[in-house]
Amino acid sequence: MQIYLPIAEVSVNAFVLMGLGGLVGVMSGLFGVGGGFLITPLLFFIGIPPAIAVATGANQVVASSVSGVLAHMKRKTVDFRMGGVLLAGGMVGSALGVLVFNILQQMGQVELVVQLCYVVFLGLIGAMMLQESLRALLRARHPTGRRRLHQHMWVHRWPLKMKFRASGLYISTIPPLLVGVAVGVLAAIMGVGGGFIMVPAMIYLLGMPTKVVVGTSLFQITFVTAFTTLMHAVSYNTVDVMLAVLLIVGGVVGAQIGTTLGARLRAEQLRLLLALLVLAVCGKLALDLFLRPDDLFSITTRGQ
Amino acid sequence: MRGAILTLLALLLAPVLSAPAQAQGSGSTMPADPEAGLLPQTEARPDWLLFPDPRESRGPLPEAAEGPAEQVVAGLSNSSVAITTSFDGSDILIYGAIKRQTPIPETPLDVIVTIEAPSQPLTIWQKQRRAGIWINTDRVEIGAAPSFYAVATTRPLDQILDPDWDNRYRISLPLVLRAFAGAPQVEDTLPYTEALIRLRRQNGHYRLEENAVALVEDTLFRTDIRLPANLIEGDYRARIFLLRGGEVIDAYGAAIEVRKVGLERWLYRLAFDQPLLYGLMSLAVAVIAGWGASAAFRKLRRA
Repeated sequence: MQIYLPIAEVSVNAFVLMGLGGLVGVMSGLFGVGGGFLITPLLFFIGIPPAIAVATGANQVVASSVSGVLAHMKRKTVDFRMGGVLLAGGMVGSALGVLVFNILQQMGQVELVVQLCYVVFLGLIGAMMLQESLRALLRARHPTGRRRLHQHMWVHRWPLKMKFRASGLYISTIPPLLVGVAVGVLAAIMGVGGGFIMVPAMIYLLGMPTKVVVGTSLFQITFVTAFTTLMHAVSYNTVDVMLAVLLIVGGVVGAQIGTTLGARLRAEQLRLLLALLVLAVCGKLALDLFLRPDDLFSITTRGQ
Repeated sequence: MRGAILTLLALLLAPVLSAPAQAQGSGSTMPADPEAGLLPQTEARPDWLLFPDPRESRGPLPEAAEGPAEQVVAGLSNSSVAITTSFDGSDILIYGAIKRQTPIPETPLDVIVTIEAPSQPLTIWQKQRRAGIWINTDRVEIGAAPSFYAVATTRPLDQILDPDWDNRYRISLPLVLRAFAGAPQVEDTLPYTEALIRLRRQNGHYRLEENAVALVEDTLFRTDIRLPANLIEGDYRARIFLLRGGEVIDAYGAAIEVRKVGLERWLYRLAFDQPLLYGLMSLAVAVIAGWGASAAFRKLRRA
């Protein structure tokens, strides 16, 4: 069934879009990532203009993360206080990121920087998570060593300490604020919610328990992507609501399936799966950068 | 078979011949100034005026001052295309006849039909390997290139159209791409324009359909041109050229209005006229859908 998208001005198959939305929804519920890092490249691939893919991707992420965060709230696995601190940093970072994005656009190298960012960050995080989750799986099989709740790093002893009861942490608010800012900057440049960066940052940098990480990151993503969507709609008119609805229909269903699946899998397995997924996307993007492209020429219409 | 086609065409043409296409605000014309088509683009004039304006009075032929012996009379199956939600392309039938007072000349007659979408500025990038990575290094900016362009002819284009006349009317594809924006950054722009045409041909937005115009008895002609699903809004132009011995002896222009309708139009207008409201609506849709799915699944699980 072909559908003509009013803002993107292209005609696409409605079922393909719903399928894409569903796939990303499952990821969202399962891992607590918004799925922006998957949906944006996939939309490029089916011929949606980049600016519209980024803006509409953000809108779809709002829906799937609302659905996910509600499911997590029922299970009391959202640390609202931590989410609020991350969100405050995220808003500042997102505004900064838009500034950087504009500068890059004037230099004409946005595409390259975005791709490089993806490859570097996905590669680093994927490798880190893969190593950590493999070690955790091995440790679970030989339960001999003593396990600490989390490791205290020097950053946690900075001033402005705050109690995060749901996470069982009593740490400085500066590290989570900085994580929020960094994720906000990257989110604005890469056009994603930033969950795939925040989830590992929360686990490894802040030492939050995996149980609350997913819900808390979804909580923060909901607001950051809502902010991004609104900004895109007002300043660039690039949100295609028809495209968003089709993605959302698939996405919300997928998110519920993902959350249910997530409750059944063990945290280590979950992390291993996410690590593999992140590495796969990274590998694909790296190949695009290093292999000779099919056509050396490409066309961009102005304003996109 | 031939008789049947003739009868069909005669029926199709009956209303057109009696009222020569005035309803579509178009008519047969030749340029007053043969160089008019080559003038650089100015802001005040819409893009499509680069070829003969049907509203201008008929000027003398550059070579033959007495006016053309043969004229095109033509019509389109639809002068407007409505983009609805389920829009997946549209077929346009272009048909017409040749009106003449003199006997049919000896040289073969040919017809070229073109359909052109509104032009947009664009940039063509070339990738090069730098430090092992393929990145966009050089670019050429094109001031105006149609997002869709189709040419249908009676015979292979290079056999029926003289390059000088092609230049004058900008019929073939390379000539349709106009004016580089500013001084090009690279010395040789040819590979860039070739790449543009190649890429757009691959996705079906630039088309050359030779032998696609049926010409009957040197008098009646018709062709079907398919507009793709990925259309942009705007005023499209259909042009019909009559050729003998490589020269254009008459040209005819008509407009095709491509517009979004219904829901498509409403959303589009809202997005551009009330962006804040539109953004909030998009968010509301997302939040309600997310909450709705969450609630529905909870009910399902309890049941």
